[in-house]
Amino acid sequence: MLKTANQKAWYFVVPVVVLVAFNALIPLMTVVNYSVQETFGDNVFFWEGVKWFEEVLNSDRFHDSFLRQLAFTGMILVIEVPLGIGVALSMPRKGPWVSVCLVLMALPLLIPWNVVGAMWNIFALPDIGLLGRSINALGIDYNFTQQPESAWMTTVLMDVWHWTSLVVLLAYAGLCSIPDAYYQAAKIDGASAWSVFWRIQLPKLKRVLTIAILLRFMDSFMIYTEPFVLTGGGPGNTTTFLSIDLVKIALGQFDLGPAAAMSLIYFLVVLLVCWVFYTLMMRHEGQ
Amino acid sequence: MAKISLEQVKHSYLAQPAKSEDYAVKQVDAVWQDGGAYALLGPSGCGKTTLLNIISGLLVPSHGRVLFNDTDVTKVPTIERQIAQVFQFPVVYDTMTVFDNLAFPLRNRGIAEAKVRDRVMEIAGMLDLESSLRRRASGLTMDGKQKISLGRGLVRDDVNVIMFDEPLTVIDPHLKWRLRSKLKELHKRLGLTMIYVTHDQTEALTFADQVVVMYDGTVVQVGTPVELFECPNHTFVGHFIGSPGMNILPCELDNGTVRCAGHAVNTASSGRPRSDVTKTEIGVRPEFVRFDDHGFPVHIVKVDDLGRYRIVEVRYADQRVKMIVEEDAAIPSGSARISFDPAATRIYADGWVVN
Amino acid sequence: MRTHRWLVPTLYIVFLMLPIYWLLNMSFKTTNEILGTFSLWPLDFTLDNYRKIFTDPTWYNGYLNSITYVVMNTVISVSVALPAAYAFSRYRFLGDKHLFFWLLTNRMAPPAVFALPFFQLYSAIGLFDTHIAVALAHCLFNIPLAVWILEGFMSAVPKELDETAYLDGYSFWRFFVKIFIPTVAAGIGVAAFFCFMYSWVELLLAKTLTSVAAKPIAATMTRTASTAGYELGLLAAAGTLTLVPGAFVIYFVRNYIAKGFALGRV
Repeated sequence: MLKTANQKAWYFVVPVVVLVAFNALIPLMTVVNYSVQETFGDNVFFWEGVKWFEEVLNSDRFHDSFLRQLAFTGMILVIEVPLGIGVALSMPRKGPWVSVCLVLMALPLLIPWNVVGAMWNIFALPDIGLLGRSINALGIDYNFTQQPESAWMTTVLMDVWHWTSLVVLLAYAGLCSIPDAYYQAAKIDGASAWSVFWRIQLPKLKRVLTIAILLRFMDSFMIYTEPFVLTGGGPGNTTTFLSIDLVKIALGQFDLGPAAAMSLIYFLVVLLVCWVFYTLMMRHEGQ
Repeated sequence: MAKISLEQVKHSYLAQPAKSEDYAVKQVDAVWQDGGAYALLGPSGCGKTTLLNIISGLLVPSHGRVLFNDTDVTKVPTIERQIAQVFQFPVVYDTMTVFDNLAFPLRNRGIAEAKVRDRVMEIAGMLDLESSLRRRASGLTMDGKQKISLGRGLVRDDVNVIMFDEPLTVIDPHLKWRLRSKLKELHKRLGLTMIYVTHDQTEALTFADQVVVMYDGTVVQVGTPVELFECPNHTFVGHFIGSPGMNILPCELDNGTVRCAGHAVNTASSGRPRSDVTKTEIGVRPEFVRFDDHGFPVHIVKVDDLGRYRIVEVRYADQRVKMIVEEDAAIPSGSARISFDPAATRIYADGWVVN
Repeated sequence: MRTHRWLVPTLYIVFLMLPIYWLLNMSFKTTNEILGTFSLWPLDFTLDNYRKIFTDPTWYNGYLNSITYVVMNTVISVSVALPAAYAFSRYRFLGDKHLFFWLLTNRMAPPAVFALPFFQLYSAIGLFDTHIAVALAHCLFNIPLAVWILEGFMSAVPKELDETAYLDGYSFWRFFVKIFIPTVAAGIGVAAFFCFMYSWVELLLAKTLTSVAAKPIAATMTRTASTAGYELGLLAAAGTLTLVPGAFVIYFVRNYIAKGFALGRV
């Protein structure tokens, strides 16, 4: 659509800018402020320059939680995206079951995140949980509160349970918007089911999948509440992801400088990845 | 290639059709001769696309049979019917090049790559697509994309029929006639059966040798453009084809004499309608209405000058009649008398012509 | 394979329902039964857990607090996002693209980064432990989202609608309220749904900004888990009740969900 130039449009945007800036800029300034200073309490601050940034970037603790975070995000993307597409492909296109599917599938998305954690906790506990009990009954030793592998598996499974529906809903909406003529033409051209998927459905889903991957990347990279309630970051530090580590440093140990420096690095990483991904997709689109 | 016959085909999208209104296609018997250029003409929602999808096998009709060369193919899947279809909106495979798009139906059928190449080059030549063969199909203009859709039908040498479902809807007006004459040219050159669905009478009459007119789920007339103009089978055909459409005027029968508002009218219909019809009308095209001092009296309502001729609208009782008058003929003002050319005036009983 | 297509969504839904069923199952058990025996359904069926939640103000106030700030946030987010989205969809102005991108970056900010500064900010302006504090804090990610969704819907409305209305003598605000808002009603529904959803499920900021008076239900549950021993039945009942508002909202917007997602704007 051709837009008209109109500087008065700024008046319409002012409330949004004020509200968001109030919430974004002031805290961000506070974080920047902390990240370059040292304090020993009593609101006395000393200039420290980039010391905290160097410290964080060189600390093993940060490297570990960063790598854990990458591994976690990578794993859930690899599982949730194909699974979501698969479920969306096999969902009915019309009829009474569509509503049933949509409502039931969207349900996990609307559960408060700590309830998700608590629910999975009692679901997976080896003594009273259905999942934990069943796995142990199969003869596999499973206890997510003590075994790192079990804790990992449970956290990933919980995230798959919680968020795959988002990918399903996006992919489903994308599939519904493909005109029937494409499927009819494919039939006439003698295309196999695989070609239909590869040549019609996947290309048409590209846009919604980009959004799905971006959202899942962002949200999984920021994940805090669910694993915190489920495992508390343990056993040991095995499920301590970036946010959990950050809160531990900032609110647990009250090391404001390193926490602030880490926050900024963290934020920048998310921004950078999103920007790179977005730019690559757009360039690809332009071709 | 094949002759296509539809025998008592009916189709309803409902699972349990009860009334006749539940059917999108009510009852169609039609034969499409091998190598013919047909147009399927009718207003939106008259069942054209449904009928097309029944022929292509995308739909299985609720009743009746579809025959290709006297073989029953009613339940044969689309791919085995060897048909091609071009849709209203161009369907191209975005991620593939133009070449791969054209080669797609052949490759799916496992044809050797050398042969695929030859066919694609040949068809690309006919459609003037050679220069863009290496480009991605998504970057083409609408008419380019529509040519690819058509090309995917043409590359196969085994097609029985190519069907067009309002293929020019999204094409720019100045490119429409070029694509349409391309279609005519291809029809002459390849001798394929073509069925062209449209709601535009100009498109239908210029493309087809035979026009099939559909109305409300039934075929009302099959004929050449001239036949449709001169002897419409149904008031709908008379009204839908021609500009302006046929005048349809209520009439009474009085001992075999046809009277319009009391005036006797001579017609070409020698038969008379059965006594159980509810509505009797006469139909006469505006081209065959004349001023005549011995005709019946009317008032002149309006004169539209269209350059080469004028359309005069006259009124008697509460009926309006349109007539076409040559540009230099005199038009009386106020009241006048008109008559209808008996050879071109027919009786219609409940919409259907009486011969 | 085609005939067994329904199996995939069915299995997936079963997988989704299992933990929810387990939560429901626990909520009808006594704590003793939960800890003592393992059973697939409540043997000693009880409604005590629910009774306790509906009679104890520390519990039911948690729900009221949550719903209060969620509704406040949804109203604020959607009402300020409406004119802004209109501006983005209709006009070019200085810095519009950068502004839009900056808004979206806030959707990418990890709440953990902002937890401590938020606490200090809202304490400093005397809003700590109020509903409005949480509602305002959630604007950080909900306003960008609402602007994004609404801009998508508004761009789909042809500009001729605006022009026709002005020609008919409508003033801008009369046009905006009487004609434009009803036209994008579906978009407002979708935006409100997502604001509701993200505000309802978020806990980190809500917990940081409250202590007693505005404490969300989710935080009440966390406290119970740690202080009152491990009253699992009660916890399960409280958890089950947090599903109810979400389920209601989904049911009402089920026909819009697919449409909203289809715009690819979530």
